[in-house]
Amino acid sequence: MRQLFYNQALGEALAEEMRRDKTVTLWGIDIGPYGGANGVTKGLWEEFGEARVIDTPVAELGYVGMGVGAAATGIRPVIELQFSDWITLPMEMIVNQAAKMRYMFGGILEMPLVIRAPIGGYLNAGAQHSNSFESWFAFVPGIKVVVPSTPYDAKGLLKTAIRDNNTVIFFEHKKLYGIKGEVPEEEYTIPFGEAAIRREGKDVTIVTYAYQTLRTLSVAEKLAKAGIDAEVIDLRTVKPMDETRILESVKKTHHLVVAQEIWKTCSVSSEVAALVAEQALDYLDGPIVRVTAKEAPVPFSPSLEEEVLPKEQDIYDAVLKTLGR
Amino acid sequence: MNIPREKLLMMYERMLKIREFEDRVRVLFAEGELPGFVHLYLGEEAVAVGACAPLNDDDYITSTHRGHGHIIAKGGELDRMMAELYGRATGYNKGKGGSMHIAYPKLGILGANGIVSAGIPIATGAAMSAKVRKSGQVAVCFFGDGASNEGTFHESLNIASAYSLPIVYVCENNLYAVSTRQSRVRKIEDIADRSIGYGMPGVVVDGNDVVAVFEACKEAVDRARSGAGPTLVECKTYRWRAHFEGEVDTYRPPEEVEAWIKREPIAPYEKLLVQQGIASEAELKAIKDAVIKEMEEAVEFARKSPFPAPETALEDVWA
Repeated sequence: MRQLFYNQALGEALAEEMRRDKTVTLWGIDIGPYGGANGVTKGLWEEFGEARVIDTPVAELGYVGMGVGAAATGIRPVIELQFSDWITLPMEMIVNQAAKMRYMFGGILEMPLVIRAPIGGYLNAGAQHSNSFESWFAFVPGIKVVVPSTPYDAKGLLKTAIRDNNTVIFFEHKKLYGIKGEVPEEEYTIPFGEAAIRREGKDVTIVTYAYQTLRTLSVAEKLAKAGIDAEVIDLRTVKPMDETRILESVKKTHHLVVAQEIWKTCSVSSEVAALVAEQALDYLDGPIVRVTAKEAPVPFSPSLEEEVLPKEQDIYDAVLKTLGR
Repeated sequence: MNIPREKLLMMYERMLKIREFEDRVRVLFAEGELPGFVHLYLGEEAVAVGACAPLNDDDYITSTHRGHGHIIAKGGELDRMMAELYGRATGYNKGKGGSMHIAYPKLGILGANGIVSAGIPIATGAAMSAKVRKSGQVAVCFFGDGASNEGTFHESLNIASAYSLPIVYVCENNLYAVSTRQSRVRKIEDIADRSIGYGMPGVVVDGNDVVAVFEACKEAVDRARSGAGPTLVECKTYRWRAHFEGEVDTYRPPEEVEAWIKREPIAPYEKLLVQQGIASEAELKAIKDAVIKEMEEAVEFARKSPFPAPETALEDVWA
């Protein structure tokens, strides 16, 4: 099958949706002739023109807020934030406006807003360019949160996000833009709330998402050599979360590890652990073990970043711990 | 030119330091010696130096993602800066910050910043602090043309003006926010025009003329210190390099880049110093040689310094 880079797959999803639906409109900084800081919008300004691929000033509160107003009035805005780190600036527009308007107004308007934003560390980019804030948004009713780990998922999930009438925060891990994967020529979409079982196994369930999926799969191969058969579940969307697949897997393997890149407290891993504790505690034959970042801002120096962000070895050790080995 | 000789030579030395530092960082980064990514200040030396020269050591500055020049202009040591860029324990911020986050409060440096426009309210807060404490300190806030379109700019300038805070807003207008030429996202030519809306003076200066920047900023700093309130100083300048090292610059016409490089700030200033009898060519060469030597030592210092011990990663999170 045809191979595409993750960023190309995203660009293709945007182009197809823009051709299909004239109301799909993009804006953000440097997304026009420049093609976006990560090359996702390359060629779109040339094809769709500056009325639908709009370079904005550096004004996050303004251009995300504009997305709320446009989404409420018949446009499907897909906004690119150059780094997710500054999603803090338009937080008001996302959390107090976009997420709540339909509900507060009694369901009389739609909010088909997509915000795309790169997350993640492992790049020595320092504390203000290495964040992953997915748990903040999963916390808020009215917002869906997408965290694709493959080019195939990136494309299929972005198309679904654009067609969704809710606010969707679409997080793209920076380490993934340059990875290649199979993407069919034919049209497809991927529904939200369906996790992918990346590797079937019987001994332990490892729930993960985004870039950690790749690392977990590599750990799973090492575990296999040690005679441990791990099942790897990639959440794909953290909100809605595929509770069924997680619970079914844990009922089969009786052991749960959750692996995420960022901090532990009140995070996605907290939610997965609580879900299993609430609904499948009796099936567990070992402690739930979480692999997360250590609780410090992501530091710049390689020796420090390596200490703060989770290592593959941490995932390996977590599996041994839940299995009592 | 009513500027003391010592000050004039200090400005020359600091511009040279920035030039040498940034050029060295360019090479070291290309050679893969520096982790992360870097935004170079080459070409804009006169802005940082001219704006910091009127300041005292305990006056404040806030900086940007393109911050090395500001730190050097405020008196930052090349060795500790370079060590920070190398991610070493001896860096100004123990390797935790890196290129985009150098801070040194002892010299009033409240941090370079990874978030565009974040320094604007922080500098305004430092000015409020100075006013409340009646310390006589002034804050200089560096930001770019891109940041001037952020909400923080409006909110901060209004507050500073309303309370007559001791602050100077120094806008480095280098015409581009990453790839976006400012005329595509702003109708007015001069950002300084916005000062009218805040009831403060606004001045436009040639940001490649260190004397012009100094004179405008000196007046603004004196005004701020006297309690008369803030000023917006817009410096027209240009960055020689792409937005960050490694970026392919497809968005600026090569002739434009060439023209600005020809208008570089240091050589004409050298000429001026010699013509006005401030210093001989030999004296300037001695300053240059000393800077080059200091630069060499800074790189050696950084290279020889240890990486921070992994366990220090969890220090400094909490008071």
